[in-house]
Amino acid sequence: MNPGDIITILIMSLMAMVPIVLTSVGAAWSERAGVVSIGYEGVLLMSAFFGAIFAELARNALVGLIGGIIVGLLLGMLHGVLTVYLKGDHVIPGIGINLLAMGVVPFGILAYWGTAGQHQLPHDAIMWHWRTPYGEISPMIIVTVVIAVVTWWVLFKTPLGLRVRACGENPEAADALGINVEKYRFWSTVYGHALAGLGGAYMSVDWLGLVHKTMSGGRGFIALANMVFSGWNPLISLIGGWLFGFFEALATWLAPKHIIPGQFILMLPYIMTLIIVAGIIGKARPPKWDGKPYKRE
Amino acid sequence: MRRSGSSPLINFKPFVESLIAILVGFIIGAIVLIAFGYNPLEAYYWLFIGALGSTRGIASTLKYATPIMLTALTFAIGTRTGIFNIGAEGSFYFGAIASVIFTNLWGNMWFGLLMGMLLGALWALPAAILKVYRGVHEVISTIMLNWIAWFFVLWLIVGPYANPNDPNKTIRIPEAARLPVIGYGLSIAIIIAVIAAILTYFLLWHTTMGFGMRASGINQKAARYGGMNPKMAIMWSFIIGGLLSGLGGAMKVMGEGPTYAISQGGANIYGFGFDGIGVSLVGRNHPLGIILSALFFGMMRAGTALMQVNAHVPLEIIKVIQGIIVITVAIPGLYDLLVRAFRGGVAQ
Repeated sequence: MNPGDIITILIMSLMAMVPIVLTSVGAAWSERAGVVSIGYEGVLLMSAFFGAIFAELARNALVGLIGGIIVGLLLGMLHGVLTVYLKGDHVIPGIGINLLAMGVVPFGILAYWGTAGQHQLPHDAIMWHWRTPYGEISPMIIVTVVIAVVTWWVLFKTPLGLRVRACGENPEAADALGINVEKYRFWSTVYGHALAGLGGAYMSVDWLGLVHKTMSGGRGFIALANMVFSGWNPLISLIGGWLFGFFEALATWLAPKHIIPGQFILMLPYIMTLIIVAGIIGKARPPKWDGKPYKRE
Repeated sequence: MRRSGSSPLINFKPFVESLIAILVGFIIGAIVLIAFGYNPLEAYYWLFIGALGSTRGIASTLKYATPIMLTALTFAIGTRTGIFNIGAEGSFYFGAIASVIFTNLWGNMWFGLLMGMLLGALWALPAAILKVYRGVHEVISTIMLNWIAWFFVLWLIVGPYANPNDPNKTIRIPEAARLPVIGYGLSIAIIIAVIAAILTYFLLWHTTMGFGMRASGINQKAARYGGMNPKMAIMWSFIIGGLLSGLGGAMKVMGEGPTYAISQGGANIYGFGFDGIGVSLVGRNHPLGIILSALFFGMMRAGTALMQVNAHVPLEIIKVIQGIIVITVAIPGLYDLLVRAFRGGVAQ
C-alpha cells in the first residue's frame, strides 16, 4: 500500500459515508422526538429507485435527489400517521416498508426498464463529480456535512430543538408546557425519513449511477447502529458514519486484490458493525420515551 | 360491543383484520399493475388458477408454504417473547449449508435435518447473547448476522462445496438422505412443517416454559416478580427460533428436486426469512394462524408460474402486495376503525 492508495480509500469512505450519515442524522432527530423506525432500509431502496426515474425523466440528477426526498417524505408521513396519530407499534410499519421495497424495486426495474434486477443510468442523469487522480468526489459530501452540523445545531442549540427533545424525553411535561407533542413527533418522523430519502437517491443518481434490487445492502440498519454508536447525536454520527463508510471502502478496495476470498472481505462492514455495537451499547442511553406512543390523559 | 367480537374462545377479530389487509393488498396491487400497463384481472385470474386450478398447482402451493411457515414461526416465537427476531434468514442459510455438508458425510435424512436445526440454532446464539448480556437491539444484530451468513453461503457455493461437474451449484444431497416425495415434486417437508407449527403452539400455550416466555413477552418486570427468568426466556426464544428456521433451510435443499443442492448465487434459499415475517404478522403471530397464512402466501407464490407465462406480469408483484398487506396489518385497531366508519355511515 502506498500513500496514493490511502488517499483513494479515504475518498471512497467519504463517498460511502453519505447515505449512512444522512440516515443516521434523520433517525437521530426522529428518535430524539420519540419515534423509532426500522424502515430506513426500505426508504433508501425505494428512493434510490424512484430518484433514478425522476433523474432520467428530467435528465438532471438534482431532480432525482429531490425525488428521493419526496419519496422519503411520503413514507415518513405513512410511518408518522401509524405510530404518532394511531398510536401503533413503532417497529412493524418499518418491516412493512422494507418488505414493500423488496417487492416494488425488483418489480419496478423489470416493469419500467425491462431489465432484470439492475439498470445503468445514462450519463446526463448522474450527478457531476470532481475527478481527482485518486477517485471521484461528489458535492453531496459537503451537503451531508452541512446537514449534519445544521441538524445538530438546531437540535441542541435552539428552542425548536429543545421542544423536539422534550417530546422524546418527557412528553407529559412538554404537553403541559403547551407543546403539541403529536405535531412535533409527526414532522420529526417526516424529516428523518426525508433525509434517508435523500441518501437513497444519492446512491443511484450520484454515487453509483445505477439501480440494483439489493443496493441498500443493509445500510439502513448500519445507519441505525451508527445512530446508537453516536449517542443520538448528529455531529458524532458524522464521525461514526465516516468510520462505517471506511470499512465499506476498505472492503471495496480489497475485494479485487484476491488476498483472501472476496466473500469474507465483503462481510467486513457487517462484522465491524456488530463488534462496534456490541462494545458500545451497554453505555448508550436512548431518549426516555423513544418508541413509546404518547396518549394525552 | 357485540359479544361475538370479543369472545375469548374464538377471537375472530384478528382473522377478519387479516382478511381486510389481504383485500387492501390486492386492491393496491391492482392499482400498481394498472399503472405499469398490466391487466390486474387477468393477472389475478392466472394467479388463482396457477395456485389451485390443478393437482400440480396445489402441490406447488404446499411446497412454497413449507419454508415460510417455519421462518414465520421463528418470528412469532420472538414476538411472543417480546423481541423482533429478524434473524430467520441467516439461520435458514445455515440450515441449508448444514444439510449439504453433513448429509455428504453420512447419507442419513434424520442426521441432515438434525444438523440443519443445530446450525440454525447456533447462528441465532450471537444475537441472543448480545441481546441478553450487552443490550444490543436484536433488529440490528440479526440483520448484520444475516449478511455475514449470506456471504458465507456464497463462498461455500463457489468454494469448498462447489460441484465439480456444475461449478455454479453446491454438491448434491445424496439420494439416501433426500426427503421422500409425496407427488408432483412435493416432499414430506410440508407435514414436518405443520407438525412443527402445532408443537410450537403446544410449547407456547400448554407448557410452563411457554408460559414463562409469553409472560416475559408481555411484561418483563412482572415475569421476574412472578419467579420467571426473562433472560432465559429470550435465550430460548432465539434458540428455538433458530432451530425452526434451520430446519426450514435444510428441508428446502433436501426436499426439492431436481437440484437437491444450493443453486447459483444462493437463489433457491434467498428471501424466505424475510417472507416469513410477513407470514407471521398476517397470521397474527399465532402458530395456527401461521399455518393458514403460510398456505395463503404459498398459493400466491405458486400462482406466479402461470401469471408470468399467461399475463406476462413479473412475479415480484406478489412481494409488492405482501408489503402492502403487512403495512395494513400494522394499522392498530383496524377492525374497530372500520366498524366505527361503517356504523357511522349506515346505522346513525
